[in-house]
Amino acid sequence: MKYAVRRILALIITMIMVSFLAFAAFHMISGDPAQAILGTNATPEMLERLRHEMGLDQPFIVQYFRWFTGFFTGNLGISYSYRQPVADLIMPKLKVTLLMVMISFVIIVLCSLPLGLRAAQKSGGRLDWVRTTFQQLCMAVPAFFLSILVSYLFGIILKWFTPGDFPKIEHNLIGVMRYLFFAAVCIAIPRIAMTVRMLKSTIIQEMEKDYVRTAISRGNDRAEVLKKHVLKNSLVPTITMLGQTMAEIVGGSIVVEQVFGIPGMGRFLVASISNRDYPVVEALVVILAFWVILSGTVADLINQKIDPRLRLGGRA
Amino acid sequence: MKKKKMNGYLLAGLIITTVIIVWIIIGRFYTPYNPTKMSSAKLQGPSPAHLFGTDKFGRDIFSRVMQGSGTTLVIAAATILIGGTVGTIVGAVTGYFGGMVDEVLMRLNDALTAFPSILLALVIISILGPGKYNVIIALGIVFIPSYARVMRTAFASQRDVNYIISARLMGASKLRILMVHMLPNTIHVLLPAITIGFNNAVLAEASMSFLGIGVTPPDVSMGYMLSEAQGMFKSAPWYALSVGCVIALLVFGVGLIGEGLQRMDKEAD
Repeated sequence: MKYAVRRILALIITMIMVSFLAFAAFHMISGDPAQAILGTNATPEMLERLRHEMGLDQPFIVQYFRWFTGFFTGNLGISYSYRQPVADLIMPKLKVTLLMVMISFVIIVLCSLPLGLRAAQKSGGRLDWVRTTFQQLCMAVPAFFLSILVSYLFGIILKWFTPGDFPKIEHNLIGVMRYLFFAAVCIAIPRIAMTVRMLKSTIIQEMEKDYVRTAISRGNDRAEVLKKHVLKNSLVPTITMLGQTMAEIVGGSIVVEQVFGIPGMGRFLVASISNRDYPVVEALVVILAFWVILSGTVADLINQKIDPRLRLGGRA
Repeated sequence: MKKKKMNGYLLAGLIITTVIIVWIIIGRFYTPYNPTKMSSAKLQGPSPAHLFGTDKFGRDIFSRVMQGSGTTLVIAAATILIGGTVGTIVGAVTGYFGGMVDEVLMRLNDALTAFPSILLALVIISILGPGKYNVIIALGIVFIPSYARVMRTAFASQRDVNYIISARLMGASKLRILMVHMLPNTIHVLLPAITIGFNNAVLAEASMSFLGIGVTPPDVSMGYMLSEAQGMFKSAPWYALSVGCVIALLVFGVGLIGEGLQRMDKEAD
């Protein structure tokens, strides 16, 4: 319990630091938001009034504090280019991206765990180099290049989905999932290769330990030892890795959404950067960073449930 | 330590990478056609005259890729130089001295790594504006934390090793200990980190330029060409394919070098 409290405290501190960095950076560059909203024809009185309404005449720290608390009450400010509350703009896009990330994550877990196990069992065999080379190849193909190929093959030639025609999430959830599936695969492939690689080396390292040799020399079945003891001990690094994966696929989604024409956060982020719509960029950046920090913390919390040694501050 | 032996991965990686890099470097000085010159030979498939075909403006894709890839290569190299140098300095200071500096810098490091790398690069670009040099600065900054972390561990592990203690007793300056005695012994950590960093830099540059917030014309890079190629994928699929394959082959080659280095290190232990 104490560990969990400490971990969550650390989470909050990191969140404050990250959001402060982001706020300070955008505060410096974004110039005068009142001017940006009202345009160049605004009179000084109008500007003054809006600045007061938005709290821009307050000290920097007060502004940050307001913005930070607004973050948790759903008040993220007003978009410069849409003149709408940022939260309203982001919400539907957040859903789409989250759904895609989830599908991708499930694909990664379902593929990499059995593949990693197999790779570890067959390690050192004649085909080891084929597997290693194939993994390197999967990691080398850029996600957006893969996306172009996949959307062409499955979208244009096989017509399994219509690129550019993204269904409404409220009306056709199945259609949305089918559309997102192809994008999720493109995000997943390089990560699967990485996870398999890491799993393989973790399991092999564990297999070389004394207790495994003892267990096998006592006549236990190799596969049985692997299943009962080794896998348990390889779980902690695997969960940590999956936590990082959760974070990385959000980054990967930014590019893939662009190719597939998926109306998610990544595409909105890129468009907002081009439009210099700072309130939106700021909010999206902080949401994504929170997502990353959160996945790391969740992974840590799961790990300390699995391995009690971690609760005492030791390392597995 | 046993003598380190060359392995198949390293050899294959070195050959692939060298061939591509030499090809790209030649592209800086000589290309078969002028990469920006339009001609009447539009949308032609690969042929002996145009190895990778031509695009919808009749430009020779082989020449374009040969020259445009150079920009990506320069950006990746400059990124490693910035990230690697600053990261090594930070890692050396925090790893060797520890204490307060270590605490503060490592917490800052944690906060920076909280952003997915591409996201952090996008944020920096949105502050600096797009363009070749800003991409270098952005990616350079983005990759500092990963080098710092790896190098910190490498330096810290040597802090209390006997030969360092001896050097200290002989009155060697801190700078001398760090540069002359410790740095050469971190090379086995630095080299694989550089191969991974190089690949990440190539892919990150390509992603950013692909999204239209990286390199700006008249500069042309791999990502820029790929976004151009996506628009004409139906009429000239060979354009996207050739750019994509060159990127993939380069990253693959460097990845093999990294794999080979790591295996070599493991075998030597």
